Amino acid sequence: MHLANQVKQLIKKEMQLEWRSKYALNGVLLYVVSTVFVCYMSFISMPEKLTWNALFWIIMLFASINAVAKSFLQESKGRHLYIYTLVSPLALIIAKTLYNSLLMIGLTLVALAFYCLVFEPPADIDYLMYLVAVILGSLSFATIFTMVSAIASKAGNGGMLMAILSFPIIIPVLIVLVKLAKNAIDGLDRSVSLDDIGLLLVINAMVMSVSLILFPYLWRD
Amino acid sequence: MKKNWWKILGALLVLYSTIAGLLMGVPRLPILHESIRNLYFHVPMWFAMIVLFSNSIYFGVKSLLSRSQYDDLKAVESVNVGVVFGVLGLLTGMVWAKFAWGEFWSFDPKQNFSAISLLLYFAYLILRNAIDEEQKRAKISAIYNIFAFPMMIVLIFVLPRLKDSLHPGNGGNPGFNMYDLDSRMRMVFYPACLGWILIGYWIYTIRFRISSLTYKQQ
Repeated sequence: MHLANQVKQLIKKEMQLEWRSKYALNGVLLYVVSTVFVCYMSFISMPEKLTWNALFWIIMLFASINAVAKSFLQESKGRHLYIYTLVSPLALIIAKTLYNSLLMIGLTLVALAFYCLVFEPPADIDYLMYLVAVILGSLSFATIFTMVSAIASKAGNGGMLMAILSFPIIIPVLIVLVKLAKNAIDGLDRSVSLDDIGLLLVINAMVMSVSLILFPYLWRD
Repeated sequence: MKKNWWKILGALLVLYSTIAGLLMGVPRLPILHESIRNLYFHVPMWFAMIVLFSNSIYFGVKSLLSRSQYDDLKAVESVNVGVVFGVLGLLTGMVWAKFAWGEFWSFDPKQNFSAISLLLYFAYLILRNAIDEEQKRAKISAIYNIFAFPMMIVLIFVLPRLKDSLHPGNGGNPGFNMYDLDSRMRMVFYPACLGWILIGYWIYTIRFRISSLTYKQQ
C-alpha cells in the first residue's frame, strides 16, 4: 500500500511538471508531426505498404527515444537527491515507467492518426491488430528506454550514449514489432500473430523485472 | 604443473582438432562438400563466446554485490576476449557463406542477429570508456551488462527460430544434427569445442592478470 501510494504521488508529480511547462509534450508532438511532414515532402506518394510500415516504425523509434530520454536526463542532481530521501527506488522506477508508457501510448496514437492522414493506409489493413501492435510497441519502447535513460543519465553523458546503448537492445523488439505490424497490414488471420504478441509480452515482462531488480543498485551513489 | 593441466589440455585439443579437422574424412553431403569442415572452426567460436559472456555476467553480478574492483576487471576482460571470439565466429561464418551461399553477407537472420548481439557488447565497452570514476564505472557497466544479457539470449536463441534462415540446422536445411554428425565428425567436433573454450578462458585469465597488475600499480 505504501509503495502504491508513492507511485501514485510520483506519477502525479510528473504530470504536474509536464502540465506546467508543456515543453516536452509539445516538443515531441511537433517533432513527430514535422518528421512525418518531411517524409511526406520527400516521398510524395508511398510506393508500397511495406515502406508504409517501416517508415512509421522508424519515425516512432526516434520520436520515442527523444520523448523517454528526458525522463531521467532532465532532472537536476539536487532534485534527484531530494526524491531519493522521500521515496523508495522501486516506486521511482515503477512510476517513471508507468508515466512513460502513458506518454508513449498517447504520443503513438496521435502520431498514427496524423500518419494515416498524410499517407493513406494500405487497403486491407486490420486496424484492430495494428492498434494492438502500436500499443505493445509503445509499452516496449517505454520500458526499455526508461531503464536505459537511467543508465545513461548516471553515466553523465546524455544523448549520444542513450542512442548507442538503446539501439542494440531495441532492435530485437523492433524486429518482432515490424513483423506483427506487417501481419496486420496484410490482413492475415489474427491467430497467426498470437505468437508474436506472446513473445513481445514475455520480453516486456523480462525487461521490467530486470529493471526492477537492477534499479535500486543503479540509483544509490 | 598440477594447476595448469587444463591449459595443456586446451592447447593439445586445439592442435588435434586443427590437424584432424583438415585431414580426417568427412561425410559427403550435397552443397556442403568439403566446406563441412568449417564446423570444427566456426561453431567452437560461438561456444567460447557464450562461455566468456556468461562468465562476464557472473562477475558482473558479483561486482555489484561485492563492490570489488577485481570482479569488475574480470567481467570486462571476459567481454574483451568474448568479443574477439564473436568476431572470429562471424568471419569464419562469412568465409563459409561465400562458398555455400555465394555471398559473404546475404542478410541471413542468423548473421544479422549475431552481428547485433556483438553491437550490444561494443556498446558496453563504449559505455565503460564514457565514465572516468572507477567505482561508478564498475557499477553502471555491470548493470548494463546484466540488462543486455537477456536480450542477447533472445537474439541468438529465440529470434532465429522464428525466421526462415539458410543456416544449417534451421528450417529444414541439412543441418549438423544427429543425422549428419556421424561418429567421425563427433570425434573432432567435441574436442574442438572443449579446446577452444579452454583456450578462450586461458586468454581471459592472462588478460585479467595483466590488467589487475596495472590496476595495482596505479
